[in-house]
Amino acid sequence: MARGGQGTQAGEGAAAGSLRHLLSVADLGADGIAEMLRVTDSFVEVSERAIPRVPALRGKTVVSLFFEDSTRTRLSFETAAKRLSADTMTFSASTSSVKKGESLRDTVETITAMGIDAIVVRHGSAGVPWQVARWTDAAVINAGDGWHEHPTQALLDCYTIGQARAGAASDVEKVFAGLRVAIVGDVAHSRVARSNVLAFAALGAEVTLVAPPTLLPPSLAGWPVTVSHDLDAVLPGAEVVYLLRIQRERASEALLPSLREYTAGYGLTRDRSRLLRPDALVMHPGPMNRGVEIAAEVADLPCSVVTRQVANGVAVRMAVLFLLLSHPAQLEPGVAVDG
Amino acid sequence: MRGGTVVDAGGSRRADVGLSQGDVVAVQAGLDAGPGVTVLDAGGCVVAPGLVDLHAHLRQPGMEEAETVESGARAAALGGYTAVVAMPNTDPPIDGAAVVREVLGLGAKSACDVRVAGAITVGRKGEQLAPLAEMAALGVRLFTDDGHGVQDGRLMRRAMEYGSALGVVLAQHCEDASLASGGHMHEGEWSSLLGIGGVPAEAEELMLARDVALCRLTGCPVHFLHLSTAGSAALVAAAKGQGLPVTAEVTPHHLTLTDAAVASYDPVYKVNPPLRAQADVDALRRGLSDGTIDAVATDHAPHPQEAKEAPFDEAPPGMLGLETALAVLLTDLDLPVERLLALMSWQPARIAGVSGAHGGPIVPGRPANLCVIDPAASWVVEPGRLASRSRNTPFAGRRLTGRVRHTVLFGEPVVVDGQAQR
Repeated sequence: MARGGQGTQAGEGAAAGSLRHLLSVADLGADGIAEMLRVTDSFVEVSERAIPRVPALRGKTVVSLFFEDSTRTRLSFETAAKRLSADTMTFSASTSSVKKGESLRDTVETITAMGIDAIVVRHGSAGVPWQVARWTDAAVINAGDGWHEHPTQALLDCYTIGQARAGAASDVEKVFAGLRVAIVGDVAHSRVARSNVLAFAALGAEVTLVAPPTLLPPSLAGWPVTVSHDLDAVLPGAEVVYLLRIQRERASEALLPSLREYTAGYGLTRDRSRLLRPDALVMHPGPMNRGVEIAAEVADLPCSVVTRQVANGVAVRMAVLFLLLSHPAQLEPGVAVDG
Repeated sequence: MRGGTVVDAGGSRRADVGLSQGDVVAVQAGLDAGPGVTVLDAGGCVVAPGLVDLHAHLRQPGMEEAETVESGARAAALGGYTAVVAMPNTDPPIDGAAVVREVLGLGAKSACDVRVAGAITVGRKGEQLAPLAEMAALGVRLFTDDGHGVQDGRLMRRAMEYGSALGVVLAQHCEDASLASGGHMHEGEWSSLLGIGGVPAEAEELMLARDVALCRLTGCPVHFLHLSTAGSAALVAAAKGQGLPVTAEVTPHHLTLTDAAVASYDPVYKVNPPLRAQADVDALRRGLSDGTIDAVATDHAPHPQEAKEAPFDEAPPGMLGLETALAVLLTDLDLPVERLLALMSWQPARIAGVSGAHGGPIVPGRPANLCVIDPAASWVVEPGRLASRSRNTPFAGRRLTGRVRHTVLFGEPVVVDGQAQR
């Protein structure tokens, strides 16, 4: 799979410690993902402390620049920044000068002029984090750009799979080698799917996309995946079943006859859940449409790790902020966590 | 004009060219310039009929912050053009005599012979025929709703039937709006990776195929604007094979750039029709050589800087072209200069109906609309130094080989040594 929107990093799969921005999973490569997950391990431990706070990023300022509402992702990043003792600011497009016609570039340059260290950007249009990175000297973290990428979601998903299957993420390469992952649903319009395909495949998993043709990207040339339109055939072999959220408007865009027909063919219904392997993991990036892509009872089964995904999100984002913003000399996670 | 190689539809020869009173008066080696005669140095250069652009957005009236007729005409002259056809998607649109007169008036004192394309439908809305005869009477020869294709097949049929009695050409921006809806780049490998909605090649080809059928039905000459796909080139070739009166143009950017450029997410690479795949570029290049494609046209589309600093899917489509077209093709294409000039001068001049003044042979008695091209001059495209009021060139920073040294409009030097005189 060739990578979209590259060009900000010197070469592919830079060591996570030398990253300037986190725009795409492809910026990391297998080694970078593994390093990120090792650092996440330390921060999971921090999160379990009575006072879950370390001074690693004291004096640093992290701005969340959200042009699209996403309370969950924004709170996750802001919690992560606070646990690292960074100062946080929120710039929400709905309450800002963007409404008064300020251009994207003006907004970015204004925020940069305040002397900040990182911008966490979420935008409904693909590619905006790349544009932001051209207009600022702060580190830029992609918190979701249109249908394109959501790299921290992919990292927290990798971490969650590693945690569930090996107990600790340090064996991540072993966990993922040959792991059979089914990504089910609206791949075409999913930033989560694009980042996860890159991440899972980089770590050695065998990814199958399961969706009706209308919800697959027009071309899968170069994607390291196989495709199926038959969930019942894929489920018995899948070790991870990753369900994507179906936007209700897809039915009105002639992509689906109805949500009911989608559920019948591609939903993880109670009946269909009997096809799951005993050790399968069921994942979902949230928020779930219970009764559409996943039955309520299935979402609450022990094999569902949806809440663990959310919990791990904070630690993963701490790792990302830490690796982007701390001095290279502090890179040993033990040092920073204790310091 | 001394020391150049004269190239026109008749071939090439070393000759000096003498001009007087707006006309060519002598073409021969070793012309003797008398006292008081201005001599333009054409040493090492090609002396050619001025270029003719079938497709330029000059933005006036209504969008003067992006371009004016004056600045666009200056950009054209610097690019070697002596005639441009101004597209009608202005505000108000050029859909009646009043706006036609206004734009022609603005062009009258400019650095280029500005002609006008009229809209096919009122307000370019695709609902009701614009007064084609009224505009044709003012010299309008090309009609198009460029920016939109005329979606309604019945309306397009009527426009062609009506137009066939007026001696005009209907020019189509081929794009099926329903198939293109939600698209901001070529649909394919790159749009899939980048998560940007795509415009399939079929959106263009479907309307093109429909209009070939309507051309057969009505006999009205049809010109296809900015072909972008291999399938479109094949459809045009087939229509020509049946003897239908169709012509087609392609832009420099569709001949030299692909959708891979969008991976930068820089909206300077957003254009309509979108940059396509390498196989399309290859097919369009073949179309230049085999006669399928009649003209290279710029689709010069200026936009203010801030409009292009928006998210990719929100930015307007369009690229500058007038000042770089010739140099880009000289640099990137391996076409003989005679062939390139056919595509950029005398063939488009015929389609635009300006052959009487532009693109003709360089012989005594013809109007002196000429450009002098230094094929060896090397230069770097610097957006801030272009004459256009806008900066949205996809070739910023490119080193190009070949540059216009002089442009002469009805005997007046409007560009001398690469400097605009008007």
